Amino acid sequence: MATETIEILDSDGVNRALTRIAHEILERNKGVEDLALIGIRTGGSYLATQLQQKIVEIEGSDILLGTIDVTMYRDDLASRNNLSVGLTDIPFPLGQRKIVLVDDVLFTGRTIRAAMDAIMAIGRPENIQLAILVDRGHRELPIRPDYIGRNLPTARNEQIKVDFDDKDAAQAVHLLRN
Amino acid sequence: MKVLIKNGRIIDPANKIDAVLDILIEDGKIIKVAAAITVDSGDAVDVTETIDASGLLVTPGLVDIHTHLRDPGQEYKEDIISGTHAAAAGGVTSLACMPNTNPVNDSLAITKYIITKAKEQGSANVFPIACISKGMKGEILAEMGELKEGGCVGFSDDGVPVSNGELMRRAFEYADTFAMPIITHSEDLSLVGTGCMNEGPVATELGLKGIPWVAEDAATARDIMLAEFTNGRLHVCHVSTKGSVDLVRQAKTRGVRVSCEATPHHFTLTDEAVRGYNTNAKMNPPLRSQEDVDAVLAGLADGTIDAIATDHAPHHYDEKNVEFAIAMNGIIGLESLLPLSLKLVEDGVIDLNRMISLLTVQPSRVIGIDRGTLSVGAIADIALIDPEFEWEFMPKNLLSKSKNTPFAGWKMRGAAIRTLLAGKTVFERSL
Amino acid sequence: MFFNPKHILGIKNLTVEEINFILDTAESFKEVNTRQIKKVPTLRGKTIVNLFFEASTRTRTSFEIAGKRLSADMVNISASSSSVVKGETLEDTAHNIEAMHPDIIVMRHSASGACDYLAERLKCSVINAGDGTHEHPSQALLDALTIRQHKGEIKGLTVAIAGDVTHSRVVRSNIYCLNKLGAKVKIAGPRTMLPPGLEKLGCEVHHNLKAAITDADCIMMLRIQRERQGKTLIPSLREYSRFFGLNDSNLQLAKEDAIVMHPGPINRGVEISSSVADGKQNVILEQVENGVAVRMALLYLVSGGEKLQDN
Repeated sequence: MATETIEILDSDGVNRALTRIAHEILERNKGVEDLALIGIRTGGSYLATQLQQKIVEIEGSDILLGTIDVTMYRDDLASRNNLSVGLTDIPFPLGQRKIVLVDDVLFTGRTIRAAMDAIMAIGRPENIQLAILVDRGHRELPIRPDYIGRNLPTARNEQIKVDFDDKDAAQAVHLLRN
Repeated sequence: MKVLIKNGRIIDPANKIDAVLDILIEDGKIIKVAAAITVDSGDAVDVTETIDASGLLVTPGLVDIHTHLRDPGQEYKEDIISGTHAAAAGGVTSLACMPNTNPVNDSLAITKYIITKAKEQGSANVFPIACISKGMKGEILAEMGELKEGGCVGFSDDGVPVSNGELMRRAFEYADTFAMPIITHSEDLSLVGTGCMNEGPVATELGLKGIPWVAEDAATARDIMLAEFTNGRLHVCHVSTKGSVDLVRQAKTRGVRVSCEATPHHFTLTDEAVRGYNTNAKMNPPLRSQEDVDAVLAGLADGTIDAIATDHAPHHYDEKNVEFAIAMNGIIGLESLLPLSLKLVEDGVIDLNRMISLLTVQPSRVIGIDRGTLSVGAIADIALIDPEFEWEFMPKNLLSKSKNTPFAGWKMRGAAIRTLLAGKTVFERSL
Repeated sequence: MFFNPKHILGIKNLTVEEINFILDTAESFKEVNTRQIKKVPTLRGKTIVNLFFEASTRTRTSFEIAGKRLSADMVNISASSSSVVKGETLEDTAHNIEAMHPDIIVMRHSASGACDYLAERLKCSVINAGDGTHEHPSQALLDALTIRQHKGEIKGLTVAIAGDVTHSRVVRSNIYCLNKLGAKVKIAGPRTMLPPGLEKLGCEVHHNLKAAITDADCIMMLRIQRERQGKTLIPSLREYSRFFGLNDSNLQLAKEDAIVMHPGPINRGVEISSSVADGKQNVILEQVENGVAVRMALLYLVSGGEKLQDN
């Protein structure tokens, strides 16, 4: 069957969404003090890098950035055979810090559960917030994002694909329907 | 009781016969070999059974001078009944069995036991080889005179070579007093150490301790020198190295009373067969390099090697289903002897008459028995062989109690179709 | 790519991509070992048996720590030769352990081929922690990881390995591994310690240590196993040390930034002088550290995915 591809966000759309999220993060946290972004490999860490740039542009001061690989914390290791373990790189202590976890698509919530466990295993942050480019629904765990680029009701068998350019900047979001 | 074998191609190297002839047997002996013997005339007037051997080779029953029947003492591996049954299935009617039983055959009692059991319950003639030394301990000579009287055909401490030079010298001298050969597993055990396969690149890769060829060559050289010095008679078992073939060849040109045998596995396989830690490719002497295999083939071709013998060494599955280093040495061979020897003919190494000679009259001469011919007056031990018969070598179909063979699954060509022991059919292949 | 083997029995049958994948995975796990809480739940609920038929403190401990950091339940069984004495076969011992449903058996055995033997007969995964004088894949992988971390790329490097090759399982795995990754391997030792046909494994063979280490990027000294010597291979440790020991003076022949490695435990003053063992070029403790990460990677990789029972 041919796959139907529908564009959800174009390059400008992604950019606007990220800009808005950056503003919301700053507003809610009243600046960047004690704040850190942690992207979930790989899509989330690209977006976290972009968010970091936007925050620097807006606020004029730097914000800590880390990346986390959640493979070691997944609950479906036994049934999957394509899970490479990537590097986790959080070059700052987590204690007393407010963490904004960044991912591209929020679906069942299981990845976020794994990411929260991974973070808690490394340290004890003051709180964890969640920033998402696309929330497609179908949650299987009680997880709710704090910052959302786009809410998008989907069917379970559809796929969301975020395209990144060769500089790892998000360019577009597509819905793939069989 | 007369049996007539008709229309077969008779190959009797002892009498230089290779022709389509008929054989008439009366009371277990060959009484006539001639063309077109008709059932209703002359000697053949009261034939009770006629065997049509059209398209088959009719040869003397094969003679295997190197087997281990494991009886007495290790009947769970093989016994005289199963071993001779396997022999019959391989076309072998006479075999010599090594004395490393439990207890070892260094006494008249054991010799008598073997001969009696074989006569009463066996499917082949069994000629015991007795120990060189009492208890196979390499210290005191066995009672060779009495053992000969009892029916032994040679002396060997097979598997546990006599390392003491003085004892070996005396063994040659004393055995020759009774016109008997010393049969050696020529190997310097200090050079073997804990080796478990041929020393070389494959052993290096597999991380297995090697047995160098010099372990065999050095001991073969010593044994030949002692035979030469004492003018005793030496038969070297299972030559597997280029060096030992060369040593025997040179000794023969000097007139040393030496003969030697090669096994089918040593002229068929190299140490590559050990890969995968295949314990059914573990034997002693070990499978060697291609160069050694080529030398053994050359020795068969030029007459340096006098006999093909199996070194049939049955071991229980449990003794092979272990780590390579601790697995028992040896493989069964009686039922693969014929097809693997016929392969030599197919490959042009030797011709058919020569091959049959290496399996019949020549080994008979080594141990001094009156078998291996189809002469008139000879005992009618006969193999009917289909050299074109194609079959798969399946361990489960073998008659030996043990199934330790590296040839499992091989496509074989050639098999004994029917085996007669003193005119009586002891094996018939179901086709 | 993703590499999801049923067993890890040796380096010989691994591809370059697979080796690199294992090393990359190990790099990711290495981070866990630097955390304050050195534990991830990855293999929670998995049972791993360390089945050691031969005494080994460091490899066993390394696998044990690796398994524990991945939250697996680790059980140590020192079978040594006691089962053999009691008459139990390797297969029976293994089936008995398998009846308790371990997911992975990590095995060390004195017989070459013992791990291949077991892997053919068991349903669970088998990781070779050293079989006889055959292979020791996790050691070669941790060596490669250590070299890679120091030299960036292994391709084009010259690695000298010196010592008792005949009795070394480490050498065979290392020759395969380094060759696949594009390094040139030079072996040195007295002829009594070099098995025939060694060069066919993919290395240059020298009878002179200096020739082998000249211009080397990396020098691996093998342990002279005292328990195996004193027989016929070398006259004395003193003489061995004089001709095949690494010391400050012959180390100068290697490249200036050459690293010195040793699978341990070291014999100070025999194959390696104390000053070299403590010198700035030695990376021996990094090897040990990387060992845990590599073994975490191996345990993780054989655990992943649904495998056919008789794969």
